[in-house]
Amino acid sequence: MASRRLRAIVGAPGTVVGLVILAIVVVVAIIGPAVWQDRAMTMNVMEARQGISASHWLGTDVLGRDVLARILASTRTSLLLALAAVLLGSAIGFPLGAVAGLLPPRGRRLVGRGIGIALAFPGIVTALFICTVIGIGAFGGVLAIGLAMAPGFARLAQTLGTAVAGSDYVAAARVLGVRRGALLRRYVLPNIAEPLLITVTMAASDALIALAALSYLGLGVQPPSYDWGRVLGEGLQDIYTTPAVALGAGAAIVLTGLAFNLLGESMAHGFDSRAGSVSARALRRMGRSLLPGRGLPAAPPEPDGEPRVALRLEDLSVYFPGPDGTLVQPVRGVNLTVGEGEMVGIVGESGSGKSLTALAAAGLVPYPGQVRVQRREIAGSDVATMHPEQLRKLLGTDLAMVFQDPMTSLNPALRLRRQLTEKLEVHEGITRAEATERAILALTDMRITAARRRLDQFPHEMSGGMRQRIMIAMGLMGSPSLLIADEPTTALDVTVQAQIIDLLRALNAEHGTAVVLISHDVSVINELCHRMVVMYGGRIVEQGPTAEVIAAPRHPYTAALLAAVPTLQTGREEPLASIPGQPPSPTAMPAGCPFAPRCAAADATCRQEMPPLIPDGQRDLACWHPLSESDEGRAPGGLASPRVGSPAGRSIPGTRRVRT
Amino acid sequence: MTNTSSAERADARHDRQSADDGSGLVLADLRVTYGAGATALRAVDGVDLSVPRGSTLALVGESGCGKSTIAKAIVGLAPSVGGQILLGGMDVTTERGRSAAHFRRRVQMIFQDPYSSLNPRMTVAATLDEALALHTGLNRVDRRARAAELLDLVAMSGTGADKYPAEFSGGQRQRIAIARALATDPEVVIADEITSALDVSVQASILNLMREIQARTGVAVLLITHNLAVARYFSHRTAVMYLGRIVENGDESLYTAPRHPYTRALLDASPSLAAHREDRVPLAGDLPDPHDPPSGCRFRSRCPVGPLTHQDRTVCIDREPPVVDPAGLAVACHFPPEQPAGR
Ligand SMILES: Nc1ncnc2c1ncn2[C@@H]1O[C@H](COP(=O)(O)OP(=O)(O)O)[C@@H](O)[C@H]1O
Ligand code: SF4
Ligand code: SF4
Ligand SMILES: [Mg+2]
Repeated sequence: MASRRLRAIVGAPGTVVGLVILAIVVVVAIIGPAVWQDRAMTMNVMEARQGISASHWLGTDVLGRDVLARILASTRTSLLLALAAVLLGSAIGFPLGAVAGLLPPRGRRLVGRGIGIALAFPGIVTALFICTVIGIGAFGGVLAIGLAMAPGFARLAQTLGTAVAGSDYVAAARVLGVRRGALLRRYVLPNIAEPLLITVTMAASDALIALAALSYLGLGVQPPSYDWGRVLGEGLQDIYTTPAVALGAGAAIVLTGLAFNLLGESMAHGFDSRAGSVSARALRRMGRSLLPGRGLPAAPPEPDGEPRVALRLEDLSVYFPGPDGTLVQPVRGVNLTVGEGEMVGIVGESGSGKSLTALAAAGLVPYPGQVRVQRREIAGSDVATMHPEQLRKLLGTDLAMVFQDPMTSLNPALRLRRQLTEKLEVHEGITRAEATERAILALTDMRITAARRRLDQFPHEMSGGMRQRIMIAMGLMGSPSLLIADEPTTALDVTVQAQIIDLLRALNAEHGTAVVLISHDVSVINELCHRMVVMYGGRIVEQGPTAEVIAAPRHPYTAALLAAVPTLQTGREEPLASIPGQPPSPTAMPAGCPFAPRCAAADATCRQEMPPLIPDGQRDLACWHPLSESDEGRAPGGLASPRVGSPAGRSIPGTRRVRT
Repeated sequence: MTNTSSAERADARHDRQSADDGSGLVLADLRVTYGAGATALRAVDGVDLSVPRGSTLALVGESGCGKSTIAKAIVGLAPSVGGQILLGGMDVTTERGRSAAHFRRRVQMIFQDPYSSLNPRMTVAATLDEALALHTGLNRVDRRARAAELLDLVAMSGTGADKYPAEFSGGQRQRIAIARALATDPEVVIADEITSALDVSVQASILNLMREIQARTGVAVLLITHNLAVARYFSHRTAVMYLGRIVENGDESLYTAPRHPYTRALLDASPSLAAHREDRVPLAGDLPDPHDPPSGCRFRSRCPVGPLTHQDRTVCIDREPPVVDPAGLAVACHFPPEQPAGR
């Protein structure tokens, strides 16, 4: 893995450019003084202040010295001073931060506050101050910049250290009794080394510029020594007559700084990249930040012969760039229609394409994903033919989305009032007081007590369940005809989950809002939804009325999924049914039925040909060998244990026994 | 797992067992406080529990009620612990008692999120080897063999011990974490929401695996979960926790005939595959501020049969209900149903 990461870093174009520039700079720094020093020091008053010429590519300075030679000859000084400053800064900052992280809470707070105060002053101001105290000169400059950088390094080390020290894997190591030294060596350092390295690389660029600035101001390197900053300063006096002088030195500083930054950026990128895999978590995280704003009322629906639907997706596919320039397709030809006022549940394991389907419905698939869809209708309007501005309004009003983690969708720095009322004020042109009343109404609808007082609170002052209800309230303030909720209760307690399910049900009953509820938990969908859609490997494999599908699943995957859920009636003596193997990865999708590698009923046809989704009565099914209605007791494909089919634990009062 | 090595370990276990009284893990009047002074939070406030060897105790309750804090207190990750923690009859509340009892070898923990409980910079082999090196006294070659056995035990044999955690799925990572916990051959394993970050099908295989392991090794399990179906399926006894206190402790009948109104509310709220219950009465309000719990019965601000609905039940406001004790009294309520009520 380490080598893969390294390859990712080295292979990035930014890295190549950065490395090439730095290599040149280093070579120049090494040979510079020897090769160009004489030329750089040779004064020739007769040739002072000349512009660009064949003998002086960047002209000459006041004393007639060749500027290019001076820039090249001072590369070593400039670079070494910058590195010295960074080393000094990290030598002071990192240990300080690390120690602060290890102190007991009170000491930690104290040091943390000190660092915070130090950080509040702009670095260059601190440096100027230190410089005037210590005295001008190269040594003073390095000391000043180094000290000015130290608080930043300290804060970083402290934050990273605290994060790693608080992680579960460190807790696990402590439970095992791993000693402090080993803990630091094997757990803490390897996990903070990369970000620290990146920061140091980037900081080199800052130090270079800051030192140049000091020298330019006459506080850094003193004559007769010189560095890029001095050359720049001297050149600036003649900027109008011989601009090349100043520009040359400036370019050297900027290019080298850029090289450090490029290198840091691509290191950061490389360390992050997980070899192009489409991580569902990452996608969800991206998706969450894209919550549509409330907008103006929707455009009137286009006259159409067909009955209005809340949502229609025809042949929806989502693509992402895969490893080695390929395309992966995590959603593959999904057809989904949600009638007006209908509540539909989408169930499936993580990675089955549920969230991407929802994001695509709302046009929120994050970059670099691409969506291909035959037809996308929301509230009866064909979204494909819509002007982007119209579309934005539609998404703001007719469609609301709620995501799993309300904390990431609410702005933690803003009081609720702002978050709830601002868009209303902007888009609906109502007064602040009116907007506030609307917000209170919406919160009260979500059974949030003391709504008026809550408006002045910050999101972190509320419990998870309350935040989730606030998210739903926000989504509903534009009276949407469709609410898409992606795992809205997954992180919540059953009590809060039950409240939210009841609220969604009431919402549907009172306002006719259609709901698409995405969950990996069939029982949550059973509590709320009329219809249930089962997804596997980016495709819909079965859909139908919830009660019927649960009572008699006909796709082997649906049956296996239902059998795996322990309920309050499950026999305690039997092992739970589990599904062997793993869901297919979008990068290695089987050619035929996606479930074939885990399905005991799979045959050659299954492995070669994709079963199409075919209507069968109230049901749609994508399976070459579906379990039939009369298949009582038949063990479905793919179940790990023959005991699964036993009637022992699976009978559910009020319904038929779940066929497994 | 080869016959010889498991037999040897069984012997070793036997030796160790003879040193204690077989009572497993016992918590007596456990108290954990976060912070001090005016802002002190009594996250666990007088809890009695027992997890006999070979059995599973499920600890259920809403998030923030103190379940994880109990786990942390047991393994020594919580500050300022009061009361007593006993392991096989030996007091392991203090660090001194812990080292005398070889506590770290005998009690292990599995965490909720397998994405964060494994060091991303250590291979599977290194992770297991570390645990073995610390506690088994095996040499390098034997440790290697034992690590392979452990991976076999969690059905992960031949899946690349030289890989890093990022290369495994969530379920596989949780298996690795289980293998790590089992490396020291513990007598007690604390499993804190170990399946709630996993898909149902993966959850099923992890629960099956834990059961198999328990049948094979006789390890006692403290299972912390907010999923009542999982708790019921997996455990021999269940303790229900509310705001730092145990409110009810019982066997399977707790699920069919709950005696505390809170247990009943939790059961009512659990989603199920049975027909919808649209008539369910949701629990009023949110969890009260744990810094300032209600006087008397802590559940009274939400209790459907307490002073909210019965004005004459002022005793709920004035007096704390009795403390649940795993051996004797099983419900902390002034008005438990006369007959255990059916659901
Ligand atoms: N490190 C901590 N510092 C302060 N308070 C904490 C800390 N950890 C947990 N708490 C608080 O202690 C209470 C119990 O938390 P916890 O044991 O995590 O509950 P559970 O595991 O049941 O969700 C909660 O009110 C929680 O906010
Ligand atoms: S029977 Fe064939 S088509 Fe049906 S789920 Fe199994 S492998 Fe797929
Ligand atoms: S003691 Fe009173 S308030 Fe508490 S649970 Fe019992 S009836 Fe409800
Ligand atoms: Mg917890």
